[in-house]
Amino acid sequence: MSIAMLDWKPVFADKVPEKKTKISVKNLNLFYGEKQALYEVSIDIKENEITALIGPSGCGKSTFLRTLNRMNDLIDNVKISGSIVIDGEDIYKSNDVIKLRTKVGMVFQKPNLFPMSIYDNVAYGPRMHGLRNKKKLDEIVEESLRGAAIWDEVKDRLKSSALGLSGGQQQRVCIARAIAMKPDVILMDEPTSALDPISTLKIEELLVQMKKDYTIVIVTHNMQQAARVSDRTAFFLNGELVEFDVTSKIFSTPSDKRTEDYITGRFG
Amino acid sequence: MGKLKDGILLALLWGAALLTVGILVLIVGFIFYKGIGLISWDFIVSDYSPLGGGGIWPMIITTLYTIAISLAIATPIGILAAVYLQEYAKQGRLVRTIRFATECLTGIPSIIYGLFGAVFFVTAMKMGMSIIAASLTLTIMILPVIIRTTEEALKTVPRSYREGSLALGTTKLQTLYKVILPSAMPGILSGIILSMGRIIGESAAIFLTAGTVAAMPESIFSSARTLTVHSYLVTQEAGDIELAAAIGIVLIVIILVLNFTATFISKKLDKSNY
Repeated sequence: MSIAMLDWKPVFADKVPEKKTKISVKNLNLFYGEKQALYEVSIDIKENEITALIGPSGCGKSTFLRTLNRMNDLIDNVKISGSIVIDGEDIYKSNDVIKLRTKVGMVFQKPNLFPMSIYDNVAYGPRMHGLRNKKKLDEIVEESLRGAAIWDEVKDRLKSSALGLSGGQQQRVCIARAIAMKPDVILMDEPTSALDPISTLKIEELLVQMKKDYTIVIVTHNMQQAARVSDRTAFFLNGELVEFDVTSKIFSTPSDKRTEDYITGRFG
Repeated sequence: MGKLKDGILLALLWGAALLTVGILVLIVGFIFYKGIGLISWDFIVSDYSPLGGGGIWPMIITTLYTIAISLAIATPIGILAAVYLQEYAKQGRLVRTIRFATECLTGIPSIIYGLFGAVFFVTAMKMGMSIIAASLTLTIMILPVIIRTTEEALKTVPRSYREGSLALGTTKLQTLYKVILPSAMPGILSGIILSMGRIIGESAAIFLTAGTVAAMPESIFSSARTLTVHSYLVTQEAGDIELAAAIGIVLIVIILVLNFTATFISKKLDKSNY
């Protein structure tokens, strides 16, 4: 990677080939107590694509992301109606949150590695799911760290504290920790907002590589980022999904006036 | 003008710091000055003799017994209660009431605990004046301290740790056990250290529940005398300040050793310190 990449402009494919739907959301409403945060959101997220969620702060994009692995369950007084079907299964009908979160991994806004060694962080998920075999764990840790393009940087210090790494490295170890569970889907909540431009580019490159194995849904504040990495983009405003389309279309000829205003920087 | 103000403020700060350290040095100095002459190996490990010249071994053992028993009971109960209040209980009226009650309990003078222990454990439960009655009384006394400090420690564990763990498909219990409690451990340990201090420093509550028998306790069901009670009694009855000061030295050493051990364990447990 070189600095020249910072000037890299996305070259849009005219047409994104149709892929299988991985996550199908229908008429999703979400309430925090009395306050409604999402209104009738319906969206089909395709397999092995990167779907970007954009919109101004407080528009509900993070809230929406967190419904996909039921992280909103942690908050009291959250009510949800509508359906979210992943691989043919309504995730709010079945109560197996553990299974859901094994299948749908998540990377957060700020790196949130545990105060343990790098190895223990990546091995944490598999261990908690009962894997004890040392050799198998070693394999998973190496594979996951390679998958997150951080293996070469940390292979000699696997046993030292993960909190000694730089922010960008920590975030890639977080990605490794998520892929150690071999999920199908990875949710990312503004994963680069706390990182410098170089680390951000590294992660963006990584995302593009990862999409052949995973379905990625990424919330981002950064429209260039959405344009650079995503196949499809969803624009949220005040809890509504305003427009969802192929990224090139959203950024060149959006069909809704509000989308156009947002991407041309008229508000947000 | 600004410079003068700065100077005065700095002098005040220094004064306050010096005063604090000064008082501490004065007390420790006084105790060592008065008591060091009596300290010898013999003084520490021989039995007490009412005729004078004996040692304090029975009191050291009694003190260690009360610390061990009270902590052994109060620590697990306190940590579990705090975990329940902080992590599981629905935050509402019941939890607020329990919190308010624990706060009130920390403020009650220890002699009240002693009277309660004397009525409840010693008389009603028919334990008699004994180490166990005293230890149970102390357990009740330190329980709120452990609950409060553990709750505070749990509160400081970043929410992002919980989310990070739960997002990997772990259960609440696994998250608690593997991520939250280890991160809160230094705080919990400082609560335990604080409790040890309270137990060692306690006289009234022990005096009323364990009695004052100055002999080696046969078991935890015998009446016995802790170091602090002993130091009070020798001052009160015999006016023997030297002996009391010598006991003070032993107490200071015990507290230091226990504190260092706890800090050492806490460092070992704190996995971020590689």
